[in-house]
Amino acid sequence: MQGHAIELRDVVKQFPGTTRGSDPVLAVDHVTLQIRDGEFFSLLGPSGCGKTTTLRMIAGFEMPTAGEIYIHNRPIGYTPPYQRPVNTVFQHYALFPHMTVGQNVAFGLEMKKVAREDIHKRVGEALDLVRLPGMRDRMPKQLSGGQQQRVALARALVNHPEVLLLDEPLGALDLKLRKEMQLELKQLQERVGITFIYVTHDQEEALTMSDRIAVMDHGKALQVGTSLEIYEAPNCRFVADFIGETNFISGKVSSLNGADAEFEADGLKMVASVEAGVTPGAQATLAVRPERIVLSDTRPEDTPNAYLAEVIEIVYVGNDTRFRVQLAPTITLSVRRQNVLPVGMPALHGPGGKRVWVSWHPGSARVLVS
Amino acid sequence: MSNRRSPLLRLFVLLVFGFMYIPIIVLIVFAFNSSRLNVMFEGVVNREPCGPFYWFCVLFGNKAALLAAGNTLKIALASTVVSTVIGTMAALALQRYRFRARAFSEVSLYIPIIIPEIVMGISILVLFTQIFRIVNSALALGPDQRLGLGLGTVILAHIAFSIPFVVLTVRARLHGFDASVEEAAMDLGANEWTTFRRVTLPLIMPGVLSGALLAFTLSLDDFIITFFTTGPGATTLPIYVYGLLRRIITPEVNALSTVWIAVVLTALLVSQRLRSQRA
Amino acid sequence: MLKRLRESKSFRGTLLASPAMLWMIILLIIPLVLILITSFGGRDPDGNVIYGFKLDNYIRLTGYTENCTGIGDYFGGLIEAIANPAAYEDIQVAATKCFDPLYLQILWRSILLAFETTLIVILLGYPLAYYIARSSARRRNTLLFLVLVPLWTNFVIRVYAWIIILRGQGVLNSVLVTLTSLLGLPFQPLDLYPSPGAVLVGMVYEFLPFMILPMYTTLEKIAPSMYEAAADLGARPFRTFLRVTLPLSMPGVVAGTILVFVPVMGTFVVSDILGGKNLVLVGNLIQRQFLDARDPAFGSAASIILMAMTLAVTVYYTRRFGFGEEIASA
Repeated sequence: MQGHAIELRDVVKQFPGTTRGSDPVLAVDHVTLQIRDGEFFSLLGPSGCGKTTTLRMIAGFEMPTAGEIYIHNRPIGYTPPYQRPVNTVFQHYALFPHMTVGQNVAFGLEMKKVAREDIHKRVGEALDLVRLPGMRDRMPKQLSGGQQQRVALARALVNHPEVLLLDEPLGALDLKLRKEMQLELKQLQERVGITFIYVTHDQEEALTMSDRIAVMDHGKALQVGTSLEIYEAPNCRFVADFIGETNFISGKVSSLNGADAEFEADGLKMVASVEAGVTPGAQATLAVRPERIVLSDTRPEDTPNAYLAEVIEIVYVGNDTRFRVQLAPTITLSVRRQNVLPVGMPALHGPGGKRVWVSWHPGSARVLVS
Repeated sequence: MSNRRSPLLRLFVLLVFGFMYIPIIVLIVFAFNSSRLNVMFEGVVNREPCGPFYWFCVLFGNKAALLAAGNTLKIALASTVVSTVIGTMAALALQRYRFRARAFSEVSLYIPIIIPEIVMGISILVLFTQIFRIVNSALALGPDQRLGLGLGTVILAHIAFSIPFVVLTVRARLHGFDASVEEAAMDLGANEWTTFRRVTLPLIMPGVLSGALLAFTLSLDDFIITFFTTGPGATTLPIYVYGLLRRIITPEVNALSTVWIAVVLTALLVSQRLRSQRA
Repeated sequence: MLKRLRESKSFRGTLLASPAMLWMIILLIIPLVLILITSFGGRDPDGNVIYGFKLDNYIRLTGYTENCTGIGDYFGGLIEAIANPAAYEDIQVAATKCFDPLYLQILWRSILLAFETTLIVILLGYPLAYYIARSSARRRNTLLFLVLVPLWTNFVIRVYAWIIILRGQGVLNSVLVTLTSLLGLPFQPLDLYPSPGAVLVGMVYEFLPFMILPMYTTLEKIAPSMYEAAADLGARPFRTFLRVTLPLSMPGVVAGTILVFVPVMGTFVVSDILGGKNLVLVGNLIQRQFLDARDPAFGSAASIILMAMTLAVTVYYTRRFGFGEEIASA
C-alpha cells in the first residue's frame, strides 16, 4: 500500500462552550483525508470552517477529541509538537524578536543538537533557498513583511520536515507581493519535494497553487479534489457557491439518462450533468457558472439548453461585461462575457428590455442535491 | 495649547516643586549642623574625625544603624526574589489560561492594593501571634527556642504585599505578548521548559525586572507592615529612624537621611539610564 | 502528571497560580478572617482574646454606652454632641451621658483629614501633571524624575524633615522672624508643631507624588489631535480644558484618589509624629489597642470598620469610573 504523507481518520475536535451554559463547539466534524507524498494540498474554506484547527491538530497544538492522525502511516497520538516530524509556518511568522535571522533559522537544528559547523552550513543553504542570502545577522524587526515571511519559511524548511504546514502565510502581504509569493512557494515546493499543507480562505490562491484542495465548511470536509474537479464538478451547493461564481436554479429532476439528467424549473426543461445517487423526482438545484452561459441573437443549434430571455441589466467591468437575464418569472441568471472585441460593437449593447437567446452546454451545468 | 502661553502655570509648577524639595534640602543641610541639639542651624560642623562630615562618620560607626541597614537589605532581597518568581508565575497563569480558581486569584491579588496597610499589618500580626502560641505550647518550647516575630515573619509579610504588585506589573507587559512565538519554538523541537527558557523568559524579562524593582523598593521603604511584624533584632531602617524620632534627634539622623536620598537618587538615575539605553 | 500538564490548559493555569494563591490565602485571607472573628470577642485581664460572638466592640465604637436607655436616647445624644459640643467637655459630666463621642470623633477626624488631603493634593497636583504631560519629551523625563525622587525617599525621613521646618524654633519660624524683623513688624512664632495643621501638611507632602503620577499617565494619553479637533470646532483653550481635557483625565484622578484616600484613612505614623499624643486618628486607635491598651478584639473591630469604609469608597469609585491600569503606572 502506498503510504500517505498525512492521513486523518474520522477526526473530531470539540471545544467547550465559550460562555457559561452554552453548548460545546464542534470545530472539526468527522474529517477523513488522505494527503499524498510530495503533494501541495490546500485546506480551503471561510473563517471558522475548521481548517486552521485541522492544521493545528496535525502540528500538535491541539489534540483531537476523537479519531486518529497518521504521519507516514504512524499514528501520532498525543505526541507533543516538538516531537513531531512536521514544521509550521505561522500566519504572522512568529519570528523570535530577540534573535537574529540566523539564530531564528538555526533554532530547530539546535534543538536536534546538530553540530555547529553543520548548523552554519545548513542555515546558509536555507537562506539561499528562500533568496535571502546575507541576512543572517539582521534582526527580524529590520526586515519587510515579505522578507520576514521567507525567514519563517527557511526556519521551517531547514529541519527537513516530513510535511510542511502553512497557516495562511500570505495573508498579511499586499496583492502584488502575494501573487509573487504564491508563485515562489509553488516553485519552492516543487524543488524541495516535501508535502505542503496550506490553509487559506482565498479560493483563487488555492486553485492556483494546489495539486488538490479540500473545501471545508462548519468543520466538515465537503469535497476533496483537484482544482479542475472542484471547479467543474462541485458536489454540493456550498462548494459551488464558495468557488467562483454560480447561478442556482431550484427545480426538480424529471429523469435520469446515464450521466445526464433532465431538470425542470418554472416550466423550462434543462439538461445537465449529474452525480451518482440522484433519484428522479427529487427536488434539486441546478448550478451553472456565469461565464459558461452564451448570449446570442438567434437560437443556437448545438445545445438543448436554449431559452429566450430578457436582458435586465448590463454592467461593464473592464475585462468582462456582466448581464442579468430573466428566463422565467423565477429564473434570473448572471452572465459574464469576456470583452474579446473592442467595446462598441453592435448587437447586445443598449438599454435593457432587449430579448436575447440564452444557452449553455449540458456539461456546463450540474445538478446538486445539497 | 502649549505651556509657553501660561506663565501663571509655570510659576505654580515652580512653587509646587519647591514645596516638594525644600524639606529634602533642609534635611541635607542640617546633616552638617554643628549643633547637636539640631533645632536651629548653627553653622557647619567641623569636628574630628571627618570635619564637616562628622555626623556621617558617627553614623557609620553606629552599630544599631548598620544592623538595621543590613536587615533592611536582607529582607528586601529575600522578599524580592520570592515574590518575583511567584508573581511572574501567577501573571502568566492569569493572562493566558482559563481555570476555575481564576476569579478568586484576581480578587485576592487586588485586595492588598486597596486595603489600608495597617489592616494588613494587624491581621498578619494576629495570625502569627496565634500560630506561635499554639506551636510554642504544643511543642512545649523553652524560652530560647520559642518561635517569635523576627526577620522571618517580616520577610513572609513583605512577600505577601509584594506579590500583587509584581503580578500587576508583569501582566501589563504580557498584554502585547504574541504567543505564537512559543508555538513556533515547540514546532521547531523545543519542549515546554526549553521554550520558556529560550523564548518566553527573554521576551518578558523587562516586565519581570520592572516587577522585581517595584517589589524591592516597596520592601525597602515599608514601615507599617514591618512595624507590626518585626521582633527583636529584626529592626529595619525606617523603624530605626522612627524610634530615634521619639527620642533625641541629632544631626546623625539627617546624615542617615542624606545617605538614603543619595542612594535613591543613584538608583533612579541608573534605572533611567538603563531604560533609555534599551529604547 | 506531565501528560496532564500538557493536555489541560486549565490544569497548567491552576498549577502556575497556586503558589501565589496559597500565599494570599495564608497571609491575607486567613488573617483577615481571623481579625473578623477576633472583633467579636472580648478581652481577658492579660490582654488576650476571649473568643465569642458579641457585638460589644462594634457597639462601643458607635458611642452607645451603658448609660443609654435605647436608640432614641443614643440619637438624642448624638445630635446634642454635634449641636452643642461644649456639653461634653467636662469629663465628669460626659461620663454620665448616654452618647460617648470619642470614637465617632476619631472616625470623623480621619475621614475629614482624608478628604482634605485628597482635595489639596488634587488641586496642587493636577496643574503639575498637566504641565508635565504637555511638555516636550525630554523635559517630561526630567520632570518625572523630579517627581519620583521624593516618592522613593522613605516617608519616615520626609516626615522628620517637617519637624525641623515646623517646630517652634524651626526653619519656617526662623525665616519668618528674620523677614519680619527686617520689615520692622512684630511677630509671634507660629506654634505649628505638633498640631493638626502639621499633620495635614505632612500628609499632603507624603501623597502628592501618588496623585501626580496617575493623573499624568491619563493626561499624557490624550492624543494631541483631540486638542486640535476641539480648536478646529471653535473651542477656545478654557473650554477645551473643561469639555475635553478634564473629562478625559478623570480616570487618573479617580485612581489617584483611591491611592491617596485609603492610606490616609489608615495612617498613624504621621499623626503620631507631627500631631502629638492628643491627635488620635483611626490608625492610632488601632495601633494603641494592639500595642498599649492590649485589647486586640476592640482593635480588630476598629480595623474591620476601617476596612469596610475604604472598601466602600474604592468600590464606589471603581463602579462609577472604572478601574484602569493607572495604578500600575507607579
